Amino acid sequence: MKRFFATLLMIGTVAIGLSGLATLPAKALVEIDVNKGNIEPLPIAITDFQGGDALGAEISGIVSADLKRSGLFAPIDKSAFIEKISNPDASPRFDDWKVINAQALVTGSVGKEADGRIRAQYRLWDTFAGQQLSGEQFFANDANTRRVAHIIADAIYERLTGEKGYFDTRVVFIDESGAKNARKKRLAIMDQDGANVRYLSDGRAIVLTPRFSPNRQEITYMSYESGQPKVYLLQIETGQRELVGNFPGMTFAPRFSPDGQKVIMSLLRDDGNSNIFAMHLRSRATTRLTNSAAIDTSPSYSPDGSKVVFTSDRGGRAQIYVMGADGSGQTRISFGDGVYSTPVWSPRGDLIAFTKQTGGEFQIGVMRTDGSGERILSTGFQQEGPTWAPNGRVLMFFRDSNGGPKLVSVDLTGRNEQPIPTANFASDPAWSPLLE
Amino acid sequence: MGRIAALTRNPVMIALVASLAIAGCASKKTPNSAADLGLSGAGAATPGSAQDFTVNIGDRIFFDTDSSAIRADAQTTLSRQAQWLNQYKQYAIVVEGHADERGTREYNLALGARRAAATRDFLIAKGVSAQRLKTISYGKERPVAVCDDISCWSQNRRAVTTLGGAGS
Repeated sequence: MKRFFATLLMIGTVAIGLSGLATLPAKALVEIDVNKGNIEPLPIAITDFQGGDALGAEISGIVSADLKRSGLFAPIDKSAFIEKISNPDASPRFDDWKVINAQALVTGSVGKEADGRIRAQYRLWDTFAGQQLSGEQFFANDANTRRVAHIIADAIYERLTGEKGYFDTRVVFIDESGAKNARKKRLAIMDQDGANVRYLSDGRAIVLTPRFSPNRQEITYMSYESGQPKVYLLQIETGQRELVGNFPGMTFAPRFSPDGQKVIMSLLRDDGNSNIFAMHLRSRATTRLTNSAAIDTSPSYSPDGSKVVFTSDRGGRAQIYVMGADGSGQTRISFGDGVYSTPVWSPRGDLIAFTKQTGGEFQIGVMRTDGSGERILSTGFQQEGPTWAPNGRVLMFFRDSNGGPKLVSVDLTGRNEQPIPTANFASDPAWSPLLE
Repeated sequence: MGRIAALTRNPVMIALVASLAIAGCASKKTPNSAADLGLSGAGAATPGSAQDFTVNIGDRIFFDTDSSAIRADAQTTLSRQAQWLNQYKQYAIVVEGHADERGTREYNLALGARRAAATRDFLIAKGVSAQRLKTISYGKERPVAVCDDISCWSQNRRAVTTLGGAGS
């Protein structure tokens, strides 16, 4: 296993200002209100970073693609640019950018330090106010070029929307290949934009439902490798694996607690029903949270760890329930016309995403944590399994069409749906927190 | 659709279709088993052999959507299975529970487990020793029929009784 988390500390950041200009009073600055219902994407000009030959264009290309896919930005075609930026540290000719309606402008440079590290810096300009909005400098080793670009995209996103970005993140998922009745399934990890795919299992055993730990170092998932389907823990860096718990029956549907200390999952009972348990990873202490003659599964903690949302068919067909993290106060919250499953609590705490089956179709939607305010974001013949971007503004899920599943993202407006490129079929995505 | 609908009304035909699928699959895993399974003719299976079980008894039952209730037609099959298993006690048995794709992954793992348990419990009630029986759920991970409509989904909602722990 290659060490790719160990390099994170190599990235340093320094805020850079432009004397005089940066101290102008901030008024009528360009910004995006992500809470508005219908967002007109902000026209933004992203120039090629100076220096570093192909590297400069690569970085600006990654920044541009990230911002475009968010649906909040409309990067302007470079062929429309009038001013050719020669000094990215100097104030640009704002009129040249206003005339092509670039409300924001990104300039930057990239170069190699004597010690071999890459140094990249960007400046974000408000063209109509005629001032710099932000500027930062980053250092990284060679392997982290794409990460630097994602970090710059996050900084621009945050400066212009007031929300944290989600581009410097990874996704674990199941890579699927082969015939539908003999699918080879491999645990895989990639950047959120589909780049840098790495395989974490060899495909000999069926693997399902991987989920990131809050510390980004571990994955919990389900595997048939022992013959009996069980929940495992995998250290991403070392490849070290261990069984989670020593239960007699099938364990499945694992997720970490927000503090990373526990895994919550379903355990099959001898009577064929399934109940929810939480296991402390260090002490191995196990707590039973549900005890019903029903299917209780797909548990997901609230971000403060005080509650758990889950699926149960105790009322007849599958619906969504919420309970205290100790199992107390189990309450049904979904009452719409259909079958509800795969609830996932938003990292912001405000919403629960779910899969709903109704009228022969599968929908991805969100509701408030009391079940009110249901909104359907995407409808399709076969799709399921939402996972939240760490800023709680975007969901990723998988959709089966044309012979197999592919990953798709959708924002909370439901208007901006984007395919996530993968070489093979892909399912069961789980989004990491922002990397560090 | 029409052809499949006709098949499902004829349990003998469906058993035959199912056994061919098994033979194809098993022969890939264990090359030696092709001969053991007596592929030369379904009726030629040695009494008490795995081929006898899958072809002449029927190794699988089917379920209604989102249900683990043992249907009347399935009860007939399972009663035959129990009688055979009680006669040939040398086999350990694994009951596989499966679901169709019209459900989410984790729920279907649970549903497959419930179907396997219901099938196991029926066999136990018919005198098969609980010690011989194990269950495993494959959820919707191992469909036998791969089209995108009702005819396939109904074949995938199944419990398969496998002998000696051999997979299907």
